[in-house]
Amino acid sequence: MRLVNYMRQWRSVAKEALDRTAIVAKFLCLLHVTNNYLCSPTLVYGPSMLPTLNLTGDVLLTEHLSPRLGKVGSGDVVLVRSPVDPRKTLTKRVVGMEGDRVTFFVDPLHTDRCQSAVVPKGHVWIQGDNMYASSDSRHFGPVPYGLIQGKVFFRVWPPNGFGLLEQ
Amino acid sequence: MGTRNVLWNLANKYFTFGLIGLTVSDRYASIVPVRGASMSPTFNPQASNFTDDYVLVEKFCLEKYKFSHGDVVVFRSPSNHKEKYVKRIIGLPGDWIGTTHNSYDVLKIPEGHCWLEGDNSASSKDSRSLGPIPLGLVQGRVTHIVWPPQRIGAVERSYPQERVSSP
Repeated sequence: MRLVNYMRQWRSVAKEALDRTAIVAKFLCLLHVTNNYLCSPTLVYGPSMLPTLNLTGDVLLTEHLSPRLGKVGSGDVVLVRSPVDPRKTLTKRVVGMEGDRVTFFVDPLHTDRCQSAVVPKGHVWIQGDNMYASSDSRHFGPVPYGLIQGKVFFRVWPPNGFGLLEQ
Repeated sequence: MGTRNVLWNLANKYFTFGLIGLTVSDRYASIVPVRGASMSPTFNPQASNFTDDYVLVEKFCLEKYKFSHGDVVVFRSPSNHKEKYVKRIIGLPGDWIGTTHNSYDVLKIPEGHCWLEGDNSASSKDSRSLGPIPLGLVQGRVTHIVWPPQRIGAVERSYPQERVSSP
């Protein structure tokens, strides 16, 4: 008799545990879909986008709909998977779309030399705003559009920079 | 009132299954059809069939981007981000690869890129025309064929070792 009682209690506890786990799993799935398809926060740091972004780290909101719909254009700040190391993500500005002719300073620290290139089909030309300390398309060439992960549209931290990013 | 409740419950269930399905197919594994004959005889050995092969694509390899020679991968095309292709990895970053079978053209694959080729070299748009492809464009690795039933099995890892020299 006591055994039957224990079984009943255990079954109700197990059912409740399963329900709670299902809720947590559903929440994690919702989080994954939102982070990958809608909007996600990212911490970015580094000197290559001064003065737009700080050296010691900004938290930015990136939206992932625009790259999928092909709506990324010149002047947008984007998160791009690095063509040199696929585990790293870069934050740069799109300077030229496919078919554009881009003119850039090859090595502004040492020379005034300018070079010009045409962006091939399906690629974009990305450059950091701080051209003295940025490794971008001037060094590794145009990157395929498919590497663009998201478009930055809002800054959340630090608080004095809270708001939309200026074009 | 009753039907609205039923409809709401149904919509809720579909939405939840959709979220879970999307998360699982993005993070763990998904089943995709293979179209075209560029990977004959591994996939679609009879080009004129109305049924395509279905393969299992695993996404665990995207954590570290660690691939081996001979892996078959799904990747976004560098010239059109909306299209995905299935090809085999022939060369990894740092390898010296002979680009065509009988010539002396040798190319060093840059960091973060790979050399992809279809098994059916007669009709395959791959690195021989697109050049080395950034690893960041890879979306998953094909491990098994799941349809048609007579060819269910693991996908072998094989590549022309005489054309590749690894460090």
